[in-house]
Amino acid sequence: MTPLAAYLILSALLFAVGLAGALTRRNAILVLVGIELMLNAANLNFIAFWRYSPNPEALTGLIFALFSIGIAAAEAAVGLALIIAIYRHYQTTNVDEVNSMKG
Amino acid sequence: MDWAFFILAAVTLASAVGAMALRRLVHCALALALAFAGLAGLYLQLGAQFVGLAQVLVYVGAVAVLIVFALMLTRNVAAATQPLGSPSWPLGLAVAALAFGALVAAILSSPAIQRPVRELPSGTVQQIGIRLMTDFVLPLEVIALLLTVALIGAVIIAMQEERSRE
Repeated sequence: MTPLAAYLILSALLFAVGLAGALTRRNAILVLVGIELMLNAANLNFIAFWRYSPNPEALTGLIFALFSIGIAAAEAAVGLALIIAIYRHYQTTNVDEVNSMKG
Repeated sequence: MDWAFFILAAVTLASAVGAMALRRLVHCALALALAFAGLAGLYLQLGAQFVGLAQVLVYVGAVAVLIVFALMLTRNVAAATQPLGSPSWPLGLAVAALAFGALVAAILSSPAIQRPVRELPSGTVQQIGIRLMTDFVLPLEVIALLLTVALIGAVIIAMQEERSRE
């Protein structure tokens, strides 16, 4: 297996772990943690493709990963603020109990 | 492929699984910080020093602390006795396994993995800074604006309930 394939498969595994956690855990904060893991898996892909690209001098993979880290930070801040607002309102962070809009 | 990659990959994967599967939420947050640190090590291993250090600063430093704070602010005693996953957890695992299978099939059939291995490219901080200030200056400004808006919005969302109660 080539090094690039090893990094890509590691990233796919991380993505699958994050997806499984986001879909199965009941605590809203852990759902957010799963989303963060998926974003990090994507970042690992960017860096691995930059490292093994035919033209690494362009630095596009690195800069895309930097922007992605910035956006993930904004996403984490807004997501956790939403979870805290939901907790104030419902006194729970269990995503199964926050169902007042369910038909 | 060398030992550093395997050790870092094993630590990252094990702590990611721990972050998603441990019972106590604080342990999940600590395992997540370890997973972020392992990823930073992988970035350094790939020659991306600046992104690796940004990962340490942003994820291990800020996001992990933010998650611990959110766990502290939303303590729920009743939740400790509830089951860990949602009732539909086998479906969630099946979807994740399906996504992994599709990704691996796409990776192994891709011509990109047959690229020849090159020597470590240099992505020094100086080069990144020059690129950020020339070609990528507009995205940089947009992301600065986005971060400002997101952080102000986060503060407003988190304090709204308090204000209406007064």
